Amino acid sequence: MEGGGGGEKRTMKMCCICNQRRPALKRPKTLQQICRECFYEVFEEEIHRVIIDNNLFKRGERIAIGASGGKDSTVLAYVMSELNRRHNYGLDLFLLSVDEGITGYRDDSLETVKRNEIQYGLPLKVVSYKDLYGWTMDEIVKMIGLKNNCTFCGVFRRQALDRGAALLKVDKLVTGHNADDIAETVLLNILRGDIARLSRCTSIITGEDGPIPRCKPFKYTYEKEIVMYAYFKKLDYFSTECIYSPNAYRGFAREFIKDLERMRPRAILDIIKSGEDFRIATSTKMPEQGTCQRCGYISSQKWCKACVLLEGLNRGLPKLGIGRTRGVNSEPKKDDSQIGAKNIQSKPCGSLDF
Amino acid sequence: MACNGTGGGGCESGGGCYNDKNNQSPTQNNNKSTSDCNNNNNRNTCLKCKSSEATIFTGGEGGGRFCAECFRSNLYGKFKLAVTSNAMISPVDKVLVAFSGGASSRVALQFVSEMQHKAQKNFDATANRDRSLPVFGVGVAFIDESEVHPIASGDLDKAIEDIKGIVLNLAPPTKELHVVPIRSIYSTKTNDGKEMLQNLINTVTDATGKEDLLTHLRMMSLQKIAIENGYTKLVLGSCTSRIACHVLAATVKGQGYSLAADIQYADARWEVPVVLPLRDCLMQEINILCNLDRLKIVEVFNDSQAGINGLISSFVKVLQEENPARECTIVRTAGKLTPFPFNRIPEANVDDADLASQRRQKRFNLKPIESLPPEAFCPICNSPMSCYKNSQPLDNIFGATCCSSCQYQILPEEPSSMDQFYSFLPESIISRAKNGNEKWIREKIQDCLLSDGEDEV
Ligand SMILES: [Zn+2]
Ligand SMILES: [Zn+2]
Ligand SMILES: [Zn+2]
Ligand SMILES: [Zn+2]
Ligand SMILES: [Zn+2]
Repeated sequence: MEGGGGGEKRTMKMCCICNQRRPALKRPKTLQQICRECFYEVFEEEIHRVIIDNNLFKRGERIAIGASGGKDSTVLAYVMSELNRRHNYGLDLFLLSVDEGITGYRDDSLETVKRNEIQYGLPLKVVSYKDLYGWTMDEIVKMIGLKNNCTFCGVFRRQALDRGAALLKVDKLVTGHNADDIAETVLLNILRGDIARLSRCTSIITGEDGPIPRCKPFKYTYEKEIVMYAYFKKLDYFSTECIYSPNAYRGFAREFIKDLERMRPRAILDIIKSGEDFRIATSTKMPEQGTCQRCGYISSQKWCKACVLLEGLNRGLPKLGIGRTRGVNSEPKKDDSQIGAKNIQSKPCGSLDF
Repeated sequence: MACNGTGGGGCESGGGCYNDKNNQSPTQNNNKSTSDCNNNNNRNTCLKCKSSEATIFTGGEGGGRFCAECFRSNLYGKFKLAVTSNAMISPVDKVLVAFSGGASSRVALQFVSEMQHKAQKNFDATANRDRSLPVFGVGVAFIDESEVHPIASGDLDKAIEDIKGIVLNLAPPTKELHVVPIRSIYSTKTNDGKEMLQNLINTVTDATGKEDLLTHLRMMSLQKIAIENGYTKLVLGSCTSRIACHVLAATVKGQGYSLAADIQYADARWEVPVVLPLRDCLMQEINILCNLDRLKIVEVFNDSQAGINGLISSFVKVLQEENPARECTIVRTAGKLTPFPFNRIPEANVDDADLASQRRQKRFNLKPIESLPPEAFCPICNSPMSCYKNSQPLDNIFGATCCSSCQYQILPEEPSSMDQFYSFLPESIISRAKNGNEKWIREKIQDCLLSDGEDEV
């Protein structure tokens, strides 16, 4: 690449990092042609730098890795355990999975996580909707139909992860959100007018005021590189999408990000940078957090969202707490463009939380 | 250029829309919407006056339904509210309207001219009294970009004739038209301005970067016309739809910090403050008005967008079709970002009795913006940059003064082409790189400066 003369003499193109091996791939983030070994190295070292530069962990901490069996969390578990060993972070790592009770999807993906438990030697904890809420996702869908189940997915899963993390007594929860996810969230918050979420959606650590902080070591890692890494490393992951969010379904925003990436790979990082740099007055804060009067989970309202949804399910009024319907907290929704917002988003069932 | 007549007349192709050969009336355009509401009893009455028959159907929140008269006054009302509540035009101003020939700037020109005409009538009615206010002046600028957008000279001549005709037919007083080639950003000493300009543009390899550079040069060109002819405001026709695209474009290009500067009603970081009175008007509404009032549009240079900008336009178009309020929401989100201190018309310019009274009503819009001024401005795009400089060390000094977006999409990668690029730059960019945004620096320290005589080095 450098020096016009040198390149012409060499007929065989070499990896542009080590200049010793044949390139095996075009790195999605930079379009450099590099060999497999160099790819592993830059991929892992970038994540290591992110962890170090942002002080994500302290020695001796217990860390839960949100594990869905999908590619992001599988690669995260693998890389976290590698880096913990290689750079001697001194962390106690755990896998934490949520069993929503979705026949043919979650039971299969849980098998993957159980294999990961053995492959990476990380203890696994599974928390189930049935145990926590008394309802499986299948039962919820039977009750409410396919229409609003993503509300349940998102709310229940988020809380289930926190409860599982509490049971594991961990200090932090890491999730597999990648750069594409974060860029998409930035765009969605702009499209919906949600300035409060826009101001914090690029934070690498969130919920520091809550019981268990969450962090995203893959904040700058491209989805394509994660897929590539899993592919070359032959990692064992589960690739079928949730049966309640059909595969054919692609959101506008995600498609747009893919188009941008094709035209200009650095656009994903630029969107994240914009998200970090937006001038948002510090007074634009999320509503103050209290605790749910029913279950004690953090909530800005009298009852947390999960309790409102559960109350509806148990009383046979499943629409309670969904969208604009007024429920126990009887506060009208502020979010002005919830309607129609669904099909601009790509991961409707809350898999962003994983 | 594709002109999309379906879906209630919504057309996003900025400016190209009017070129429907068959001059459809807005009623025809909206056959579909009309039949959609057939089961509604009041489908035919205007939402505003509730008496006339509604013939115009806009998307927007709630789905507007107006008679021609109410539609017109509603749109003009948005323009006027933007002008008065942001002190955009004062009676002593001389405003320059940037006219590209497209629909948005055509409507901006129409509205500014209407406003001036009304002020003139008021003035004539009260001319004998001492209290009468002067009438602000209006000029029109058309930037001839034929040196970068090749166009048959016959076509260009025809377009300029059309533009002259449009300006001539505006309501009195007569408006001066400035037709200026974009190479005029090079000083008159440089007699190879055309070649320099073409070389400069050709050094940029990224399609989006090329397009954006041209946008920056166009602004410099407009500023130059304004300064040389004593104009005090520059009016742009940027509408909600265009601004929504800019919000996403800036985000995608990593310009999250400077975005808030570009999307306000007023932007006084330039020598001649820039105002956007159509900020609250949708492209759809602008196209309807052009059809309704037979406002002539002149499509001079192919304005189909390339690269990232084109991708964003089509994305916003899809979003707008999915939800007609989307563009407004996007602009509203960006409107919640903290603006910069220069995003208001400086007090000195609004020291007028009439406007002062209007200002009292709309005080909230004019309160000083309490935020730290930016440390520096990019010499190419004039974007404010946050104090922490980009970490990549650049061996080239000029490159280091540019924002990271311009560094990536406009500056050449190779150091050797960098020298060339620099040699093709107009003086104003070089001086901005050397001295910063002098206007802004001067304003910041103005209250501490002594009079000229006491000035010592
Ligand atoms: Zn290599
Ligand atoms: Zn609760
Ligand atoms: Zn779901
Ligand atoms: Zn009416
Ligand atoms: Zn710049």
